[in-house]
Amino acid sequence: MSEDIDIQDREAREAAEKAAEYEHGWSSDIETEFAEKGLNEDTVRFISAKKGEPEWMLDWRLKAFRLWQEMEEPNWAKLGYPEIDYQDAYYYAAPKKKVELDSLDDLDPEIKRVYDKLGIPLGEQEVLAGVKGAKKVAVDAVFDSVSVATSFREELKRAGVIFLSISEAIREYPDLVKKWLGKVVPQHDNYFATLNSAVFSDGTFVYVPEGVRCPMELSTYFRINAENTGQFERTLIVAEKGSYVSYLEGCTAPMRDENQLHAAVVELVAMEDAEIKYSTVQNWYPGNSEGVGGIYNFVTKRALCQGARSKVSWTQVETGSAVTWKYPSCVLNGEDSVGEFYSVAVTNNHQQADTGTKMIHNGKGSRSTIISKGISAGKSDNTYRGMVRVAANADGVRNRTECDSLLIGDQCGAHTVPYIEVKNPTAQIEHEATTSKISDDQLFYAMQRGLDDEEAMALIVNGFAKEVLKELPMEFAVEAQKLLAISLEGSVG
Amino acid sequence: MLEIENLTAEIDGKTILNGLTLTVPAGEVHAIMGPNGAGKSTLSYVLGGRPGYEVTGGSVRFDGPNGDCDLLDMEPHERAAAGLFLGFQYPVEIPGVSNVQFLREALNSQRKARGEEPLTGGEFLKLAKEKSALLKLDPEMLKRHVNVGFSGGEKKRAEMVQMGILDPKFAVLDETDSGLDIDALRVVGEGINSIMRSPDKAVLLITHYQRLLEVVKPDKVSILSQGRIVQTGGPELAVRLEEEGYDAVMAA
Repeated sequence: MSEDIDIQDREAREAAEKAAEYEHGWSSDIETEFAEKGLNEDTVRFISAKKGEPEWMLDWRLKAFRLWQEMEEPNWAKLGYPEIDYQDAYYYAAPKKKVELDSLDDLDPEIKRVYDKLGIPLGEQEVLAGVKGAKKVAVDAVFDSVSVATSFREELKRAGVIFLSISEAIREYPDLVKKWLGKVVPQHDNYFATLNSAVFSDGTFVYVPEGVRCPMELSTYFRINAENTGQFERTLIVAEKGSYVSYLEGCTAPMRDENQLHAAVVELVAMEDAEIKYSTVQNWYPGNSEGVGGIYNFVTKRALCQGARSKVSWTQVETGSAVTWKYPSCVLNGEDSVGEFYSVAVTNNHQQADTGTKMIHNGKGSRSTIISKGISAGKSDNTYRGMVRVAANADGVRNRTECDSLLIGDQCGAHTVPYIEVKNPTAQIEHEATTSKISDDQLFYAMQRGLDDEEAMALIVNGFAKEVLKELPMEFAVEAQKLLAISLEGSVG
Repeated sequence: MLEIENLTAEIDGKTILNGLTLTVPAGEVHAIMGPNGAGKSTLSYVLGGRPGYEVTGGSVRFDGPNGDCDLLDMEPHERAAAGLFLGFQYPVEIPGVSNVQFLREALNSQRKARGEEPLTGGEFLKLAKEKSALLKLDPEMLKRHVNVGFSGGEKKRAEMVQMGILDPKFAVLDETDSGLDIDALRVVGEGINSIMRSPDKAVLLITHYQRLLEVVKPDKVSILSQGRIVQTGGPELAVRLEEEGYDAVMAA
């Protein structure tokens, strides 16, 4: 086996070295240890054993795996991609040298270099460099599926906030994990979530105790760094009564020739008066201009607004991946609870995105806001798919949905598919949708003032997406604006 | 500063400019007047390099910061960086983008192209406030999105604030006076004088009416008709046009 792995490892690296076109298309030399290709009960056992998991966790995974075997891949989304051979992928890859670090200064210089190349925002660079007085952002680095560094753990600990990799949390806080894992997204929820439940590699666990305002933004950078390695991140955030936490998730990936499968699950729980703000900037490799390569991103993200007046905001900027299937949702059980979804999805070349949200109003007086901005260029397809459901006994529910699509060129598509199910007559539901094209007037006006064609395009697109971008934390917003510009390069003219 | 020689241009195969020749030296304000459909706006777009306006003949030389250059060979943003400003007859709305952001990015792109240091946020705001005061535009308007929800008069004033900030060498102002009341016309006219009246700058002022020319006194006035300059004179030509109309003046 070990010889095979070495060969695979070398092949993976060689493939990675071909990376050139994509800005983040580089690969690093950290050694990777694979589980054998393919998926069966032994794979699940291997992953669980690698992570030193307790018996209950293995059983949970195996149950999910057995459910998964009985399920069929969904095909209702407006997406087209070649059939995925689940037996032709790796389900586990981890850096070989796992070192517990005292601080990020001791971080492997190779990993540090990777972060530098990722263009981690200045504030976090300062934090990484140990600059005194730098605005604190805790970075739990998920590097190739396994957390290799966790910073500010001490300060968070003083506040009582638990911020760990999910693997560590399973070992250190089994009761908490057991209580909530799979409660928001059950094991049998959907094909991709069930697959994740069986083989999740790592992810993040956040627990904010009652009345605690998390003293810093929590931030995780994901990278997929091994060819053909499905990424199966699992994130669980629990905010107890009256607590607050803001979580940032940012992703980039190196260039690959083969499609990479990614199926993450994120579960959020907000109790009475608790608030969770979850922001994502997703920039996975979208494939080349012909649509070859690129990541398949099948994500299940859901929040349980369990307590009265609880609030969850999802903000996402989706620029990457060849295929995006993603519907961050809120189950609004608490009275007067609030769900928000702010999304910018950009597709260019041959990218396909089918994304949106579900707002399930079970609680009286619950409110939700959906603002979706889809930008399509090249030959791409961009679909907003959203559901607003109001239960029979949920009085006084309000929802406002705004879906705007911007088209660049005449070969792309924008689609809006709203589902509205209202079983209570007191609900107020508003849905607005617009579709527009970037006008030649706007482009020429901006260019006459001194911007080149791509700067002009970026400016107009950022203006279009402003309502969503302003919901992002400052540093993320700057990064997101750059990403929008990069994603649309070559789409003018 | 600007030398247009026998320029011809068309849109969708239809000839609009038909052998236009015009020279505007530095230090001069040259008014262009002409009946509807004469090609006045087309002239301004062709000078700006708007896509879709195809130049089929002739030349345009421009005395830019790096000396004499072929304007028609440059991209729109390169022309802007070389010091060409177009005042639009219908300023365009850009939702979600504040005037401050728009102009700072534009100015710094121009400066970069000219090898100058970018202005910091503070420096830029100081400049922007100064120029809004000049045009009596509430500086709060600068925080609003580019031309979105502006009245006709506000748009034209904002256009001149943009000109003040970008500080061009050569401005082509296309019916900047349209939609302005008498007071606003005076403010805008004085703004043009203050920003552009200089021995090393020049203005091509496209207008229908004499009243702007009472504030911005032209050195020369030309009549554009059917795609070419048919008559050039001093300020008195504009007065005659106002009194007698195009047909009478051109027939004379």
